[in-house]
Amino acid sequence: MTLPLGAEAPPFELPGVDGGNHSLEEYSDVPALVVIWSCNHCPYVQAWEERMVELQRDYADRGVRLVAINSNDVDRYPADSFEAMQKRARERGFNFDYLFDGDQSVGRAYGAERTPEVFLFDRARTLVYHGAIDDSYEEENVSARYLRDALDALADGREPPLAETPPVGCTVKWR
Amino acid sequence: MRIEFLYWESCPSHQDARALLDDVLAERGIEATVDVREVRTDADAESLGFPGSPTIRIDGRDVDAAGASATPTLTCRVYRRPDGRVSPLPSREQIEAALP
Repeated sequence: MTLPLGAEAPPFELPGVDGGNHSLEEYSDVPALVVIWSCNHCPYVQAWEERMVELQRDYADRGVRLVAINSNDVDRYPADSFEAMQKRARERGFNFDYLFDGDQSVGRAYGAERTPEVFLFDRARTLVYHGAIDDSYEEENVSARYLRDALDALADGREPPLAETPPVGCTVKWR
Repeated sequence: MRIEFLYWESCPSHQDARALLDDVLAERGIEATVDVREVRTDADAESLGFPGSPTIRIDGRDVDAAGASATPTLTCRVYRRPDGRVSPLPSREQIEAALP
């Protein structure tokens, strides 16, 4: 079951493409933590990828951290292997941590279903927004920037104007 | 004319792709039966040479020849636009170009 709004962020400690391990505790001092289920092979992720980089770039000075997690079954989807993740992060200039959930336990703890799928946590690590990055995988057709609106609201001490939207994308590939 | 529309239910792009296909056919005044087939298993994907969802073939020719040779599997298919952007469904121009 997907993590409900108001829930506390489940802990994790996962290897990142930078060669280090990254845990939820590592981000404990950031005012807003964006966790996005992601992967390499999905065309929806690829269509939104540049916007993920832009989000991290645009909100870095406000202390926002974006973390992408790949929980896909790499036996059936080798394009999502850890080595392929490292390659993609280099090629696409990822400016956020990209973590590998090899045993899928973190994906299951969050109840992730799609890639990309956003879980936004406030300073207390309470889930305040869940769903899509914005309302279209085609950037030119975007009319609602859900995640940016939620981050702006958090920075202003408000609640996100929309707390939940349907994530649109590929399914997480469970074993 | 034989038009095949193959899709995997878990990939949400098939509905938009089917609507786009129907729109292009209507615009061109083509009255053809679309052979719609749901691909459910890896074995199906293998036997059908299904490189991802959705896949559209017109008289046996994939509307995106470049992506047709991808390893058959149950996945959302990556389509590349002329400007390099990625999309989960073919462009109107790709479908139009594949029609006689």
